[in-house]
Amino acid sequence: MIEALQFDFMQNALLAGILVSFAAGIIGSLIVVNRMVFLAGGIAHTSYGGIGLAVYFGLPIFLGASLFAVGAALLIAALTLKKRHRMDTFIGLIWAVGMAIGVIFVDLTPGYNVDLMSYLFGSILAVSTEDLYFMAVLLAVILAVVTLCYRDILAVSYDSEYAGLRGVNVRFFYTLILILSALTVVIAIKVVGLILVIAMLTIPVYIAEKLSASLFTMMFLSGAIATLFTLVGLWMSYTYDLTSGASIIMVSALSLGLFLLFYRGR
Amino acid sequence: MNVIEIENLSFAYEKQTILENINLQIQEHDFLAIIGPNGGGKSTLLKLILGINDYKQGSIKVLGKKPKQSLTHIGYVPQNTNVNTDFPIKVIEVVMMGHVDGKRPLFGYGKDEIACAMGALGQVGMADFAQTKIGSLSGGQRQRVMIARALCAHPRILILDEPTSSIDITGQREIYELLKVLNEHITIIVVSHDISVILEYANKAAHINKTLSYHDISDKHSTFHTHGNDEHFCEIELLQMLGAENCDTCTSIGSVTNIVPEPVEGKWRLKP
Repeated sequence: MIEALQFDFMQNALLAGILVSFAAGIIGSLIVVNRMVFLAGGIAHTSYGGIGLAVYFGLPIFLGASLFAVGAALLIAALTLKKRHRMDTFIGLIWAVGMAIGVIFVDLTPGYNVDLMSYLFGSILAVSTEDLYFMAVLLAVILAVVTLCYRDILAVSYDSEYAGLRGVNVRFFYTLILILSALTVVIAIKVVGLILVIAMLTIPVYIAEKLSASLFTMMFLSGAIATLFTLVGLWMSYTYDLTSGASIIMVSALSLGLFLLFYRGR
Repeated sequence: MNVIEIENLSFAYEKQTILENINLQIQEHDFLAIIGPNGGGKSTLLKLILGINDYKQGSIKVLGKKPKQSLTHIGYVPQNTNVNTDFPIKVIEVVMMGHVDGKRPLFGYGKDEIACAMGALGQVGMADFAQTKIGSLSGGQRQRVMIARALCAHPRILILDEPTSSIDITGQREIYELLKVLNEHITIIVVSHDISVILEYANKAAHINKTLSYHDISDKHSTFHTHGNDEHFCEIELLQMLGAENCDTCTSIGSVTNIVPEPVEGKWRLKP
């Protein structure tokens, strides 16, 4: 592994892994405590529509996927704020339609055979320097938002009705969490792919939740645990020549199993 | 002085009328029990007072203003505080949610806010648990924390929705004893199913089942004609008495007696 670090692509992969893991840990915590896991899964799959559109119109993939995912997040926010009990139906719908749009636009693109698999399962070894900038900026934005708006986000997540009564703009923060989730999902697609992203957003968070007494601790512990899993997963992937995204998820899942086996507290 | 004045209030969800022509005056330092059957409109009335729902007919004045303008003077303890117990949040953080927006530091919480929250926790006897994760408290302790959160904004009116629904008997008593102490300074409104308990503490009762019937129950003995201190009514009887139309608390009791189920031997007794 050490000798592999002399390659640029390997350095980029490691950096991307760390940046994305931290973003996923923090945002994953918000997704889990707000019970929005299914919603994040929906946004992840929908963003494939953006990838298809970007390929067709010749735009940068990150840009297309981000815009599309944010659009989907706004749509879901608008639909679910009013009819929260129908949320699962809307998410299921947007999930499938987004993917269908992506597949059709890739079909329509003349002479371009996009590697679907790399988006479904990630391609961390193909992270470019621009990708790294995008990831770093997003992580900085996430850190700024969760530190500056911590108490509002906490209030909305824990008890949104009460937060509303105390003058917190619940709608705004709910939408903000969704938008940040959408952007995190897009950068995580690069590392583990849009199918596996949901595991990255939930497994480290689940472990951290058991060990934390506050949301703040949970977010940063999740980030650290996710980073550990990503690095070990990358090492497994390199050593045994396995798909990186799947390796990261398997390392996470096995660790979760061990954790649950040995964790006997509350 | 009336802290809440409700006049000719009606409310409907789409076509279904929930509340009809409600009139209610709540005086400062009242301890009002709102009772009535499920779906009778109790929670709806609370949501109207809190400004969560908007009304179209009638008027509600909280401290002389519209509900939404008086929110800072109302402390609210919602129902179901046992949901979301996995949430990683410390007791002190829950209480600090109660602060009303004002000046606040860029990061975290101000020293005065922390002091105020600790004070509120002290009032409900939970100061030792400030750094505990909320999920590891018992139902009764958690309810105290929610009361502390409501007290954090120094409210003049405290509204509680089913505060003891998931708490054991001892815990219920403790909560009501706490409310009794708080009542010395704050007007208290409680929606409750634990009728026999709440009526011991409340001085006014409002029975809501679409319409409202109001009773001054500050003198329990003359109101309910009990023989001694140990005697209680069963809850069905109480509900029927308090919900009876044209009830001036005494005259209708005789007729109500005819339709109540046979009282449980020894303990429940209604004066013939």
